[in-house]
Amino acid sequence: MNPVRSTALAVRELTVTLDRRPVVRQVSCAAAAGGWLSLIGPNGAGKSTLIRAAAGLVPYQGAVLLDGTDVRSLRSRERARLIAYVPQEPVLPPDMTVEQYVLLGRTPHLGYLGTPGRQDRAAAAAALDRLDAARFATRRLARLSGGERQRVVLARALATEARVLLLDEPTSMLDVGHQQQVLELVDGLRRDGGLTVLSTLHDLTAAGQYADELVLLHEGRVAAAGRASAVLTAGLIETVYAARVSVAAGPDGRPVVAPLRPPPDIGPRG
Amino acid sequence: MKKIGALGAAAIFLIAAALVSALVGAADLNPLDTAAALVDKIPLIHLPSGLSPLDRAVLFQIRLPRVVLGALVGGMLAMAGAGYQGVFRNPLVDSGLLGASAGAGLGATLAIVFFAAAGPNAVPPAAFAGSLCGVAVAYLIGAAASRNTPLGGGVATLLLAGIAVGSFLTAVQTLVLQRSAEQDVQTVYNWLLGSLSGATWQQVVSILPYAAVSTVLVLLHGRHLDVLAVGDEEARALGMHPAAVRVTVVAACALAAAAAVAVSGLIGFVGIVVPHVARRLAGPSYRSVLPLSLLIGAGFLVLADTLARTVLSPAELPIGVVTAVVGAPAFVWILRSTQGARP
Repeated sequence: MNPVRSTALAVRELTVTLDRRPVVRQVSCAAAAGGWLSLIGPNGAGKSTLIRAAAGLVPYQGAVLLDGTDVRSLRSRERARLIAYVPQEPVLPPDMTVEQYVLLGRTPHLGYLGTPGRQDRAAAAAALDRLDAARFATRRLARLSGGERQRVVLARALATEARVLLLDEPTSMLDVGHQQQVLELVDGLRRDGGLTVLSTLHDLTAAGQYADELVLLHEGRVAAAGRASAVLTAGLIETVYAARVSVAAGPDGRPVVAPLRPPPDIGPRG
Repeated sequence: MKKIGALGAAAIFLIAAALVSALVGAADLNPLDTAAALVDKIPLIHLPSGLSPLDRAVLFQIRLPRVVLGALVGGMLAMAGAGYQGVFRNPLVDSGLLGASAGAGLGATLAIVFFAAAGPNAVPPAAFAGSLCGVAVAYLIGAAASRNTPLGGGVATLLLAGIAVGSFLTAVQTLVLQRSAEQDVQTVYNWLLGSLSGATWQQVVSILPYAAVSTVLVLLHGRHLDVLAVGDEEARALGMHPAAVRVTVVAACALAAAAAVAVSGLIGFVGIVVPHVARRLAGPSYRSVLPLSLLIGAGFLVLADTLARTVLSPAELPIGVVTAVVGAPAFVWILRSTQGARP
């Protein structure tokens, strides 16, 4: 599945209103072809909603562009062939096998009455191989560990052979080792496979390490955007998150964000 | 392949059930002669049979239509149950869902109480129409109510609407029955318990078109139901239109269940238990669960009907009683074993 070229993803003046409440307001941002753009921000800032809008799952004003083409002009199957979406908590039917589940990623390639053929099975098998998950291809989804589940979910997205990968908190359920594994895998897919990645990430340090560009959302608006060193500053984080942090340069020069406890004589504790 | 093997086994089960049912009964037909007479009906094969003309009439005009009707009814109920379980992502729903059974019950009751002049012929169309109306009303109410909850509330709302409509229709039926003659109440009660005792070729022909249309529609959507298993949102992200799939499969299942109910009354447990047996044989994919349910449900009901007409022969047990007596323990077993299988 070596790509011919990568696809750029751009979001223009995007506004999403849920239950008459604007959740995302006039947000513009862009992931370069083959790049990784990560959305960060406190809970409720609109990160997931922005991702879901880009996946075509919630109505929005504004535009989502793939290499300049408005996604709205695509039919839903065409869109799904180009954009793969991995939700924060994917539904994993417990009795389905890993193989069957990954094959679901081929859905956008099948006609209404079509059934998966040899090519689809090959794509699913290649995705399982790529994510080192072929070992447990015949296992039931209920019998997977957290790290294995995340691999399998990524394999399903990869089986779609989409050009753009939307990841909503891909590491939220994982320990630090598995977090790193998954982020390295995604980075590998991006570098070798030419995928363009738009993700949300909770972990600010990880976001700074893996994404080329960060967009800090606050109450649905862009509070800051750019390289990690420009966005991950103690001042911005303290304002947007109402948290106390120290930001230092790590061994690789990228910022490391460490939470600090408030001084004992100021503010409530516990 | 697991699926092919399971389908073959289910087909053999159905054929065996049909043969047993054709051979067993009040009129003592010679098994060999009966088998010969059946094989003789296969094109290009001619076998002499020692059956008397009367025996032939029993076989071809009484037993066989009953076997075929039983197979059709059982297949439709089980397939509809499996289809609903897929659409609603809920293993505990069956073909009587969404007001289908309650609607059929009310339709039959109204026909028996108010259109007695039309005779028993008015009951099947009334039950058929009642069943479809029950589902349609429940679906429309559920869809309208879930329009304001855009994110995934749809399935639960539809089920709740079905329960509400079902309760309402049953209440109307009770009201009508309470104010009608005792004899009518008895007739309705017998109908509710389900029976294939009046089976004729004409009944077979009358439901065959509906059975055929719904079978084709449902079987074509197995893959879509597998995608729906990951939820509406992910299905949409994969380019599917869950609402369109849902309305198509629900309509096809409602048609299948209504056709079955029209000629047999209310027969429980087939629609809920059989799909689980199918899952155990070939896994959760609806591409195998749907056709397997069709075959196993058909064979199961043919056997249940054979029991119903032979256990207390010459009297008949209501077939709904037989399926429940077999189905209830089976259901408990399924509940226990699936509970154990969950992590």
